[in-house]
Amino acid sequence: MSTLLEVRNVSKSFPIGGVLSGREARAVADASFSVGEAGPEIFTIIGESGSGKTTLARMILGLERPTSGDIVFEGRPVTHANRSERLAFMAKVQPVFQNPFEAFNPLKQVDRYLASTARQFLKLSDKAAIEAAMDEALQKVGLSLVEIRGRYPHELSGGQLQRVAIARALIPNPALLIADEPVSMVDASLRMAIVNLLRELRDRMGVCVIYITHDLATAYYISDRLMIMQRGRIVEMGPARAILDAPEHPYSRLLKASVLSPETMGDDSLALQADLIAASEAALAAPDSGLTPGSDGRLLRRA
Amino acid sequence: MTDILTVEDLKAYYLMNYFGVNREVRAVDGISMSIARNEIYGIAGESSSGKTSLIKVLAAATRPPLKIVGGSALYHFKSGDIDIAKASERELEAIRWRNLSYIMQGSMSVLNPLRKVGRIFEDFAARPLGLSGGAFRQRVVEHLERLKLSPQLLNAYPHELSGGMRQRVTIGLATVCNPEFIIADEPTTALDVVVQKDVLSLVKRLQTEFGSSIVFVTHDMAVHASIADRVGIIYAGRLVEEAPTRTLFAAPKHPYTAHLVASLPRIGDTGQRPALEGRPPSLANPPAGCRFHPRCPLALDKCKTEVPPLELVAPGQRSACWRWADVRPIVPAPAKVAEAVR
Amino acid sequence: MFSVLRDLIRYNAEFAIGLVLVGLVILFSLLSFVSPVDPTAVSRVAPDMAPSLDYIFGTNSRGQDMFWQLAFAFRNTLTFGLTVAFFSRIIAIAVGLLAGYLGGWIDRSLMFVTDIFVAIPIFPILILFYFVLKTNANGLSLALLMACFGWPYDARLIRSVALGLRYREFSRQALFAGMSPVKIMFEEHLPYVMPIIFSTALANMIWSIGLEVTLAVLGFTNLNIPTVGTTLYWANNHSALVVGTWWWIAVPVAIVVILFVGLFLLAVSLNEYIDPRSRLRRMGA
Repeated sequence: MSTLLEVRNVSKSFPIGGVLSGREARAVADASFSVGEAGPEIFTIIGESGSGKTTLARMILGLERPTSGDIVFEGRPVTHANRSERLAFMAKVQPVFQNPFEAFNPLKQVDRYLASTARQFLKLSDKAAIEAAMDEALQKVGLSLVEIRGRYPHELSGGQLQRVAIARALIPNPALLIADEPVSMVDASLRMAIVNLLRELRDRMGVCVIYITHDLATAYYISDRLMIMQRGRIVEMGPARAILDAPEHPYSRLLKASVLSPETMGDDSLALQADLIAASEAALAAPDSGLTPGSDGRLLRRA
Repeated sequence: MTDILTVEDLKAYYLMNYFGVNREVRAVDGISMSIARNEIYGIAGESSSGKTSLIKVLAAATRPPLKIVGGSALYHFKSGDIDIAKASERELEAIRWRNLSYIMQGSMSVLNPLRKVGRIFEDFAARPLGLSGGAFRQRVVEHLERLKLSPQLLNAYPHELSGGMRQRVTIGLATVCNPEFIIADEPTTALDVVVQKDVLSLVKRLQTEFGSSIVFVTHDMAVHASIADRVGIIYAGRLVEEAPTRTLFAAPKHPYTAHLVASLPRIGDTGQRPALEGRPPSLANPPAGCRFHPRCPLALDKCKTEVPPLELVAPGQRSACWRWADVRPIVPAPAKVAEAVR
Repeated sequence: MFSVLRDLIRYNAEFAIGLVLVGLVILFSLLSFVSPVDPTAVSRVAPDMAPSLDYIFGTNSRGQDMFWQLAFAFRNTLTFGLTVAFFSRIIAIAVGLLAGYLGGWIDRSLMFVTDIFVAIPIFPILILFYFVLKTNANGLSLALLMACFGWPYDARLIRSVALGLRYREFSRQALFAGMSPVKIMFEEHLPYVMPIIFSTALANMIWSIGLEVTLAVLGFTNLNIPTVGTTLYWANNHSALVVGTWWWIAVPVAIVVILFVGLFLLAVSLNEYIDPRSRLRRMGA
C-alpha cells in the first residue's frame, strides 16, 4: 500500500518584530515522517505548547504554507491552485478541532455544517438523500439525526459536540482525519467515548488518524506509532508502546516523569526531576544531529 | 476549633429574568461540608456541575445574577468568624486578600498587560498589607523568595513571561498577604505537563510553608491524586461523595466517582476503558430524586424520586447514594494505593 | 416576527417609546398620500395664520397650509434618509466583509479606497453637485451621491468584526464543510455584523437628514420640492422669526427632534436586542 501522507523536511518560520527586523521564530524545524504506509493507523504527535504540533497540523491541512520542504498526500502536493482541487483534497482529509464549543457558530444550528458537507462532497442535492447521509454519519459516532436536528451548540455537551464534529468529518469518507487535541476540552466522563471512537475509526472504518495531544496516557491507549516534538524538532519517533514504556530521549523521559497519576500518589509525587530537566535543556542546546535509529525500530535525535 | 470553614446547606442560584423569560439555574443546591485547617481539599466535577459557582460563593465573589438564597458558609479565621452568606460588603472587603484569597480560572490572562509585575503587586497588595514603599517591596521580595521565584520577575511585563510563569506570579500575588484560606480554580488546566508539576509543587509548598488551607478545584482526577488530602465530588450542584484521596481511588462509594476514577487512562495499560452514557444534566431543569439516576448503572426506582442524603458510610467518607454498599471500583486501583487504604 | 415585536414592546421601554415617536412621524408623513393640497402650489390660503383648529400647524407666508406642507416634507425627508441608509449599508457591508475575510491585497486596496473617501470633504462636493445640476438635482440623485459618502467609517467597523471572525474555529470548520468564502461571509459572519449595521443605519439616517437640511437651508437644493430643509429655507427667506410666524420654524424643528430621538431610542434598543451576546443569553446559552 502506498503511503498516504508524506512530510519531507518541512520547516516553518514566522517573522517576528517589524517588517524590517529580519528576525524569525522557527515553529517547525526539518520535520520528516510518513503516515499510512502499512494500512490504517493512529499516528500521534505529542508535544507541549510551542512544540509546533498545531503548526504542523495546519500545514498538512493546507491552511499554512511551509517555509521549506513539502507535504505530499496520495502522491500530490498539499497546496492547491484552485477551488476544485481544494475540494477534492478536503474530501479526503478532514480536521477535528480542539474546542468543540468554538468549532460551531454559536448563533447557528449544528446540523447546517453536516448538511453543507453532504451537499458539497457527496454531491447530493435531494433533501432526503442529504439527511440520510447525515444520519448515517451520526450513527457511526453513536448519535442520530433526530437528537441533533435543529440544535444550537449551547444545547449540547462538549462530548456530544465533538462527536458531531467527528461525524461531520466522516461524511465525505475521508482517508485521513487530523484530530488536534480533540479531548482536551471535553469533560473526563465524556472523554473516553471519543477516544474509543477514534480507535473504532481505525479498526472498523479504515481511516488513518493523526492524533495530536499532550496527554501521554490517551496516546498510550490508542496509538500505533508516535512522534514527540520539542520546540519544533522531532526528538523521538516510532512504535508507540515501545517509546512510552521506555523513552530514550531526555525530553521524552522528562514528559513521562511529569505525568501525574494515582500510581504516583505519595509525598514525593511532586518532586521535580531536576536532572531530567537539565538533560532536556542540554539536548535543546546541542547542535542538530538529525534522527538516527534507536532500539525497537524507533528514530532518536541524539544529543 | 480545627475547622476553618463550615458550610451548611448552602444554596446559590442564578436568577434571571430576561425579556419575560424566567430562568432559575440551581447551581449550588444544598451543599454541606467542612474544611480543616492546613488541609488541601480537592473539589472535582465537570463543566456545568456547579463547582465554579460554589467556589465563587466561598470566595465571596458572587455577582448578579448569582445569588445566595439559603444556608451559610462560616469561616473561622484567627481574627474572628464571618458568614459569607450574610456578611456585608465592608466585612467582606476586610477579609479579601488578607484572610481569604482566590486564584481565578485563567489567571494567566488577568494580569494587566500595561503594568509591570511589581506595580501589579502594589495595586493588589499594598493596601491589605498596610505597607508602602521600601517596606512593601521588601515584603514582596521575601515572599517570592520563599516561593522559590526570582525577584527579577517584578521588573517584567506580563507578556514577557511564559504562561507557567504568569500563573506562578498570580499564585504569588494571591498569597503575599499570607491568607489562611486559598481557593484555586483550575490553576493548571491550560499548562503543559512539565510546568503543571512545578506549579502544583508550588501550591503544595503554600500549605507546608505557610500553613494555609487550600481548596483546589479541577476536573482532572490525576491532579487530585497528587495533591489533595481529601476530595469532594460535585455533580449537578450537589456533593455526591467526599473521602480521603487514597480511599476515593481505592474504594469509591458512589457510581459516578467509580466512573471518574476508572476513566483515567494510564500509561502501561491498554485495557478497554468504560465510557459513561448520557450527559450532565442542565442545572435549570435537573432530574428529580438523585440527579445522577439517568446515567447510573445501579439506579433503582427509589433513586428517581427520593434524594439520597449525604451520609457517613466509612471513617472519613461520605456518600450520597442509596446503594453505596454495592459500588465496586470498575478498574482495580493501583497496588500501592489499595495497600495504603487497607 | 410579531412575537419578537411584542416582547420588545412589553419589556423594553426604550423600544416602546422609540416606536411610538417614530411611528407618529411616519403616520404623519403617510397622511401626505391623502392630501387634498398640491404641495408645490403657493398662495392657496390666507398667509401667516397662527395654529388654530382650522389650520393645525398654521399657515406660512407663502400662503400654504403648514399641516399638509409638512406632511409632504417629512415624507420626502424620510424617504431620502432611508435611501441613503440603505445604499450606504450595502456598500459598507460588501467592502467591510470582503476586506476583513479575504485579507491580503484585496484588504489593502479596499482600505486604501476607504481612506480616500474618509479624507474627501463631502460638503464642497455636494455644493458642486448642486451647481452642476441646478434644478435637475432631485432627491434621488442627491441620496445616491450621499450614499457614496456615508459608508467608509462603517466599512472599517465591519471589517474589524470580520477580521476577528476569520480566525475563529467555526470559520475553519465551515471551510472544511465545503462552504465557499462568499457563503461563509454572508451566512456565518453577517449575524455578528448585524448590530453594527442596524445602529449605524439609524445614525446614518440622522446624518444624512441633517446634511440635507443644511444644504437646503443654505439654498443648495431644489427648493421647489418640499422637504424639512427647504421648509426651513423658505422660513428663513421670509424672515419668519422677525415677522412673528414662529410656527413656521418651531413645528418642523419639533417634529425633527421627535424623529431623531425616536430613531436613537430604536437604534439603542434594537442594537441590544440583536447583539449576539444578548441573543445567546436569551436562547439560554
